[in-house]
Amino acid sequence: MNSHEPAASFLRDLRPGDWLTLLAGGLFIILLTDKVWNGGIADTAVIRSGGKVFSAVPLSRDQQIEVPGPLGTSIITIEKGKARISSDPSPRQYCVRQGWLEQSGEIAICLPNEVSVELTGGQKKYDSLNY
Amino acid sequence: MTTIRLETSVEDHHLAKMAAVALGLTVLENAIPSPLPGVKPGLANIITLIVLARFGWRAAAWVSLLRVVAGSLLFGNFLAPGFFLSLSGALCSLAVLAFAIHLPQRLFGPVTHSVLASFAHISGQMTVVYLWLIPHSGIAYLIPFFATAALVFGTVNGLVAARFMDNGDKQLLESKT
Repeated sequence: MNSHEPAASFLRDLRPGDWLTLLAGGLFIILLTDKVWNGGIADTAVIRSGGKVFSAVPLSRDQQIEVPGPLGTSIITIEKGKARISSDPSPRQYCVRQGWLEQSGEIAICLPNEVSVELTGGQKKYDSLNY
Repeated sequence: MTTIRLETSVEDHHLAKMAAVALGLTVLENAIPSPLPGVKPGLANIITLIVLARFGWRAAAWVSLLRVVAGSLLFGNFLAPGFFLSLSGALCSLAVLAFAIHLPQRLFGPVTHSVLASFAHISGQMTVVYLWLIPHSGIAYLIPFFATAALVFGTVNGLVAARFMDNGDKQLLESKT
């Protein structure tokens, strides 16, 4: 082997089909990653109160929804295909601080007020997510 | 005094030597720290690839499986989970290689063999991990890391094997026989 050979000399070890394999492998990984890491595009917010479905609203229309619970009223905001709980009477405010939900399968739960918002649509990847 | 004597052929010796080289690479590789458990370069597979190209699938299977069993004895994890992970990976790789060697040689070389085998390897391992060790769909989250590692290391190992066979695999193999 000529030691002055450029580093690119390994290219001659790649046969035409090998390039094809590498390309296919790369594409496969991209598809796989997309499938595994993205729960799919959410299109609906399912709002539950006291364990029962309070309403299921499309994410396409911006709106605010007031949901009654045992402690008071939770306000759910839907904007630009995302949803969040913008106001809630629960003491620790976990669900409010969770912020915007974007992907299918994401869920915000206000346990004390028994209100939850879950995004659905596309392929649901998780049964639940916790933080 | 009786001595037990196994009749061994020249081919047996050759396979054993190849497996020993693969074993050496396995030991070497274990000294390399890994960012994620299970992500390893799989250097020993360079030997499997060379044996596959030169002596066929049967010889490659022997070398690969000898390496797995002897390696587990060396590291003390024979019949432990790590051993079954290695074994499942090796078996899946060999199964895929049995098909891959029938691809037209002019178009598909060691790099293709290596990449296909490493994908098969990680698929086999993930299956065992899921069915036996961690039956939780959360491990799916790690698949992209493993798949990327498989592609990268598969390519590198394939290139190394191809380079060995370009220059001096005759020296390599014959000096050992």
